[in-house]
Amino acid sequence: MSQPLLSIEDLRVEFDRGEDTVYAVNGVSFSIAEGETLGIVGESGSGKSVTLMSAIGLIRENGRIRSGRAMFQGTDLLKLSERQLEDIRGREIGVVFQDPMTSLNPVMRIGDQIMEAMLAHHFCSHREAFERTLQLLHEMGIPEPKARFRNYPHEFSGGMRQRIMIAIALACEPQLLIADEPTTALDVTVQMQILALLQEQRRKRNMSVAIITHDFGVATNFCDRIIVLYAGQIMEVADTGTFLRESAHPYTVGLKHSIIEIGHRARPLQPIPGMAPTITEMPHSCSFASRCPFAAERCRSELPQLREIGSGHWVACHRAEEVLADVI
Amino acid sequence: MSSEALLEVHEVSKRFRVQGRDLHAVEKVSFQLERGQTFGLVGESGSGKSTLGRLVLKLLEATEGRIVYQGKDITRLTQKQMRPLRQEMQIIFQDPMASMSPRMTIGMAIEDAMVIHKMGTKEERHKKVDELLERVGLPREVKWAYPHELSGGQLQRVGIARALSLNPKLVICDEPISALDVSIQVQVIQLLRELQRDYDLTYIFISHNLAVVEYLSDVVAVLYLGEVVEQAPAEELFSRPTHPYTQVLIQSILKMPGSMEERQALTPIQGEIPSPFNPPKGCPFHPRCPLAVDRCRTTKPERRNIGPNHAVACHLAT
Repeated sequence: MSQPLLSIEDLRVEFDRGEDTVYAVNGVSFSIAEGETLGIVGESGSGKSVTLMSAIGLIRENGRIRSGRAMFQGTDLLKLSERQLEDIRGREIGVVFQDPMTSLNPVMRIGDQIMEAMLAHHFCSHREAFERTLQLLHEMGIPEPKARFRNYPHEFSGGMRQRIMIAIALACEPQLLIADEPTTALDVTVQMQILALLQEQRRKRNMSVAIITHDFGVATNFCDRIIVLYAGQIMEVADTGTFLRESAHPYTVGLKHSIIEIGHRARPLQPIPGMAPTITEMPHSCSFASRCPFAAERCRSELPQLREIGSGHWVACHRAEEVLADVI
Repeated sequence: MSSEALLEVHEVSKRFRVQGRDLHAVEKVSFQLERGQTFGLVGESGSGKSTLGRLVLKLLEATEGRIVYQGKDITRLTQKQMRPLRQEMQIIFQDPMASMSPRMTIGMAIEDAMVIHKMGTKEERHKKVDELLERVGLPREVKWAYPHELSGGQLQRVGIARALSLNPKLVICDEPISALDVSIQVQVIQLLRELQRDYDLTYIFISHNLAVVEYLSDVVAVLYLGEVVEQAPAEELFSRPTHPYTQVLIQSILKMPGSMEERQALTPIQGEIPSPFNPPKGCPFHPRCPLAVDRCRTTKPERRNIGPNHAVACHLAT
């Protein structure tokens, strides 16, 4: 395993909601190695976006980082000023969001938006930026780059807009690309195109990719390693092979069984009962216990710590070994 | 057979006039649906699947074709004439939040349709609200809550309760689980199945999620640019997909593999869905079809049967 490029340590993020405090991220630690593709998987409210976005300084006004570190190339991102973060975002770290329509400027030609990404970071001269933009549009699979340069976002399809977002994110050759549900709003055939494009670019540029997704199919086919988040905590971390063969957290197992795939017609459904809690008190026991078929007394009284049960395979469950024995 | 059909849709088309141009939203779609069955409609954005659902409910007027409900041609009925039938035909939307008034409590929202249709006394309606909430798996106290206080999954259960309040026979489910988390999706699918069994409901299930459509449907139609390119019983369609577009759709789904060796290569199909203003000549799928031959570029393939109840619109299908 090579050097970590980004290392998040004991990150805690809270939000004010009325009189309550919502504990969105509760002591999350993980790292992304150089050249690695990491999948961060979870359902709504699990903290999967908040974790990465707050690490790069993108946090809503009612939120705050309580503690933690986010080490990127020897610098703690959480200690940087907004100015310094702006230098890193878009230059060393590219970001792609779910909905390109809300992140692109509707009244600016797309070519200018890609150029702006380079010029704002003094990445290259105006002339070079223009040439590079045409090259990027071509690489992203946008036909007739010269003509399309002058179009506005609304003149593109959803898939094409996402390609433009990726062009902007990659314009300054970042070492890390964070993709937050980049294909969730797209049709399956377009999703496949975008993922293939991301894979090709990742290989060509040897960059690290962190993809935030709720889709196990996307995560397992695209990523080297997978982190499962629930209620703001890491439930399980494993390389994809281990994840596929022997997931050991009841939540992961439950999610796997919940997936309906083609050919499942005759199978009975196995839903996870209940719903994910909103954490308004610091958890002192397992957040999943109330929905867990394996839950024992200990699970309701003692917070399970993330522990390594196999090489690089971390699980936050008191009964991981027993769960694993059942799975195998 | 046809005497039992709850719903018959004959060669229904819908064209919208937009800025002086014709948009072909739905082209000559036909199917029939027996009581208690589920008809699945799959397709990507812009394929016309939601429009078709709205045509059946007559929330939109068909440009051509006929819609027959319980033996009665309803194609040209006025909205007023439709009123008595509306009770029997309900719809569940993708985003239940958007279909509920933020100022109405959940109890009021469920009761509302019964009030409009003058069903029962106030006491009877309130009793029914309690029953419905229990049936869809929500605590009774929810009736005092406002929509913003509920989660997406809970709101969809309310949407379902509301659709059921009028004792419908036909329910159009338009992407009812697409906005929900995986673990909640399964719960809602299970609920929809139980309700179908208990109340003998007939569903038109619209989704871009092929696996869920396969799971729930008896018969499935695949739509592309407003046309049915393939239609077959669900098992047949997914075990023997014959139209190249159906095959592409199925291959585009990233399944969770059993091991690293079984991971899927990311092999995309070229191009995107063409503009419905200007559909391609010949077969609508030919510009993206890996198998297209000259004939596909010039002659539009007619839908034809290649097996029992298995229809395909492709020159090359056998």
